[in-house]
Amino acid sequence: MSATTDTVRREPAGGWAPSKGLVGMSCLIIAESAIFLIFVVAYLFYLGKSASGPTPRQVLELPVLNSICLLSSSATITVALRALRRGDTKRFSRWWLVTIVLGGYFLFGTGHEWYRLIYQKGFTIQTNLFGTTFYSLVGLHATHVVIGLLGLLLVMAFAVSGWVKQEHAERTHVLGLYWHFVDGVWVVVFTVVYIIGR
Amino acid sequence: MIKFRFMIPPWMFWMAVLLVAPQALCGGERVDPTLVPSILAPESAPAHSISHVAGFVLETTGGIFVVVAGLLVYVVVRFRRRANDDGVEPPQVYGSGPVEAAWTTVPFLIVVVLTLTTARVIQQVQDAREPASAVDLQVIGHQWWWEVRYPKLGIVTANELHVPVSQGGERRPSFLDLRSADVVHSFWVPRLMGKIDLVPNKINSMWIEPERPGLFLGQCGTYCGTQHAKMLLRVYADLPQDFDRWVQQQKEPAENAPSVAAGRLVFERTACINCHVIGGAGDRRFGPDLTHLMSRNTLASGALSNSPALLRAWIKSPEQFKPGVLMPTMNLSDSDLDQLVAYLTSLK
Amino acid sequence: MNGTSNMGRISGVVPLAAEDKTVLHTLHAWLVTVDHKKLGLMYIIYGLGFLVVGGLEATLIRFQLIAPNLKFIGPQAFNQLFTMHGTTMVFLVGMPLIFGFANYLVPLMIGARDLAFPRLNAFGFWLSALGGLLLYFSYIGGEGLSGAGSAPDVGWFAYAPLTAKAFSKGHSTDYWTLGILVGGFGSIATAANIITTICCMRCRGMGLARMPLLVWLYLIVCGMVLIAVSPLTAAQIMLLLDRFAGSHFFDTQAGGSAVLWMHFFWIFGHPEVYILVIPAFAFASEIIPVFSRKAIFGYPVMVGATCAIAFVSLGVWAHHMFTVGMTSTGNTFFVVSTMMVGVPTGIKIFNWLGTMWGGKLRFATPMLFSIAFLFQFLIAGLTGIMLACAPWDWQLNDSYFLIAHFHYVLVGAIVFMIFAAIYYWFPKATGRLLSERLGKWHFWLFLIGFHMTFDTMHFAGILGMPRRIYTYEADRGWGTLNLICTIGVVFQIAGVLIMSVNVLRSLRKGKLAGSDPWDAWTLEWSTSSPPPEYNFVEIPAVKSRRPLWDLKHPTDPDWKYE
Repeated sequence: MSATTDTVRREPAGGWAPSKGLVGMSCLIIAESAIFLIFVVAYLFYLGKSASGPTPRQVLELPVLNSICLLSSSATITVALRALRRGDTKRFSRWWLVTIVLGGYFLFGTGHEWYRLIYQKGFTIQTNLFGTTFYSLVGLHATHVVIGLLGLLLVMAFAVSGWVKQEHAERTHVLGLYWHFVDGVWVVVFTVVYIIGR
Repeated sequence: MIKFRFMIPPWMFWMAVLLVAPQALCGGERVDPTLVPSILAPESAPAHSISHVAGFVLETTGGIFVVVAGLLVYVVVRFRRRANDDGVEPPQVYGSGPVEAAWTTVPFLIVVVLTLTTARVIQQVQDAREPASAVDLQVIGHQWWWEVRYPKLGIVTANELHVPVSQGGERRPSFLDLRSADVVHSFWVPRLMGKIDLVPNKINSMWIEPERPGLFLGQCGTYCGTQHAKMLLRVYADLPQDFDRWVQQQKEPAENAPSVAAGRLVFERTACINCHVIGGAGDRRFGPDLTHLMSRNTLASGALSNSPALLRAWIKSPEQFKPGVLMPTMNLSDSDLDQLVAYLTSLK
Repeated sequence: MNGTSNMGRISGVVPLAAEDKTVLHTLHAWLVTVDHKKLGLMYIIYGLGFLVVGGLEATLIRFQLIAPNLKFIGPQAFNQLFTMHGTTMVFLVGMPLIFGFANYLVPLMIGARDLAFPRLNAFGFWLSALGGLLLYFSYIGGEGLSGAGSAPDVGWFAYAPLTAKAFSKGHSTDYWTLGILVGGFGSIATAANIITTICCMRCRGMGLARMPLLVWLYLIVCGMVLIAVSPLTAAQIMLLLDRFAGSHFFDTQAGGSAVLWMHFFWIFGHPEVYILVIPAFAFASEIIPVFSRKAIFGYPVMVGATCAIAFVSLGVWAHHMFTVGMTSTGNTFFVVSTMMVGVPTGIKIFNWLGTMWGGKLRFATPMLFSIAFLFQFLIAGLTGIMLACAPWDWQLNDSYFLIAHFHYVLVGAIVFMIFAAIYYWFPKATGRLLSERLGKWHFWLFLIGFHMTFDTMHFAGILGMPRRIYTYEADRGWGTLNLICTIGVVFQIAGVLIMSVNVLRSLRKGKLAGSDPWDAWTLEWSTSSPPPEYNFVEIPAVKSRRPLWDLKHPTDPDWKYE
């Protein structure tokens, strides 16, 4: 038998139940938060314990523009999602694109910072404990930005093809939740690495 | 059929017999009971502390076991469905506030008592202050042997350590600093103390206080690689005069008899000297210090008895006795090997 | 099949005529399935298969240790065996089995037609399968420098820096890391799936307080999986970075910390054992009431106690590290938290006893295993209290006493309840009953073997025998004890063989079960055996925790008393 049992449409169930997509995404966010927490713990644990090599103060510069872009992309995605909920697909597409651009700039900025650190300061993941924890934590976050951007791009492609409609607001909202999570993690990473750590 | 309340089928009876038979067949084991490293035979102050709290915990948990297991047996017997059952469902009881409160409170109180007792012993053992009469040792764990140093006495040895006994009111505990040169190991001599790990990049400490002279067996207590099983420990507790004599002997310079000079040349000429120290200062500690090799009862961290024949066989092929050992097969010629063994057996 | 006339109502389900079903077609159907029942069975078969493999590894270990200084298996092979045994049992047996039963039972028990995300469900299963494949590929893949094959030999918890490239040459450790990493993603996916199902797809009338206890306990377990498996994932990413990118997380030569790995591992490792055991509690909470003919005693407290266990178990991890050299304050804290977690755990035993009290106990095979579970879990909990006493743990940690304790939990509690669950739900899944006669043989043989092996191990530990040693000296006095341990293995193997025979025979010739062979009360027994692919002809509505009791006892329904 083929695997097409109709399970997506809910039969009249008991009262209100939360949206499956939101619950599922919340579960993923909880799990991911736990992973990030361990990397943050490792970062804090090894602060000041490097035997040699550059200290955070010596090599790190505050990524202000990067952070502004990423955090404002949370605002822009919210605007886009609200528009979609109202049915305004054009406004949605515009603000969705802005979100992607902001997120893309963040990645570009991170890459630029790493290029400077690796090639100009000779500071790599192998250099010392600070290098180990810095690149792994920031890199883990950047990986999640990449995944998020891929999702956003996919939706953008659908939007450009005219396939995104008002009834997809719920599902797109789930992706938006992931994006907010990624931004939230950046707040934590920024605080730990660039404020506490320096 | 052996008839009790429940009938025991014959096969169950024979099963019980099978449990006893192996013992009888083996004729029991011929071991020296004073050497069996039982944790319930403590012979050192910290081991006694542990044993006392263990006894208290055992009594408490034993009591709980008797009560609860007894209840289980009672329930199984009393409430089993009888053959003449009328098929009516029994009264459905969904819970009982007072009962549930009781069986929450009582365990909680038991746990409080147990934790308070335990906390006291932890402090007693871990935070014990070191008296002036204590002997200081440094134990460094390697894969798969023990480096033992007595910094204040200027002694270096391996795998077998000597400590004084504490007898007749005179306390002479030994305080050990534990470090590791490679991976995590654990120093465990059950009759003297629980195990404490040797962690690289960390200094741990423990203390022992044997109360009778004799040999105490132990071994590495944390998996540390291929030959973890044969990283054995021997602790010799000595009467004060014996301990002093041992210290003096260990402090002697290395024997250098001219009759075995050829063997000494073999030692220096081949790669032995890269890992082992004999009678010198220096940091070549990949292998045990051999200065007083013949003062030890065992070789290869307790894996072999210390005899010339076994020493020769060990050097010829360590892999045969401890597969995976880090000491390479030296491929010495027979004459070189004989000379080397003659030299090593002169190192008292 | 029943209710053929109703099939037209549900779109997309077109049954094939019987003659179109070739073997290849059936195989394909199972390979591409997203049906929770099929995936559940696949998880269970996968887990039971690896149970046999892990059991073989254990058998080899036991035969090497049957007498002192044996040369049956050399140290390299032995060290790989115990590593693979532990890793297999936890990750390739325990986790798949608990997810398998959850997959099968949860939708049926809450009146749903499938899990929330059926395709994610399949993805999770195949990820787990890939993890197992990666781990076992190590036997033929990557080269090690010292000898027999190249399976990982670092112990199932892979302490640093033994896992560093310097001390673990070749790729065996990498296969360990990757296999579990991949499997871990599958576990997180399935846990999220089950939580979403429970939160969003319960049938009408089933508020949270009316879910079967099994569903509640799985909700808690899956929450724990999300929080506890992630630290292991993180630590393994760090280990891979150390081994491949030259980072220094656990590189003690560069200032890294071996203890940090231990913390991260056990923050996963301790909740993990509760993740494995709480489903055993779930099975017991369904089986014991049915065979005592009484409702579970104290449903709200059972839920509350499990929540307490889940919460507290996140704070006890360093009781695996009492010997590592923490301060006395640190040690004391973990003594307190560990002993505290014994309280809600003990309460559950009392609640099960309370359920049996005043009932009419039927000693069918599921109930026999459940009673043994109660006895053995009691002992396991009590030896756990002994180990929670840190000074005593300084002696007993990493000894055979510890092995005995955790095998009492893993085998004595969990495996026994897995067997109980198999005998209980096999009729539902296949439509046929397992033989009671063979079941009793299985039970008694396995019980005797289990006790022969693991009771004796307690004493070996007390006599100072450490774990993970490929042989031991004759002068330690451990020979007879090890002999008895090994003989016990033979009985356990016999028991498992009989169960296999039972399963294979009953699949074809077992007595037909009907939809409700045990006279039980939860929703899965309201549909046919096996259930149709869509589970229920009509999604039920419930008014109490035991909807079938209400139907069978219209004058005395549960909802009057809840």
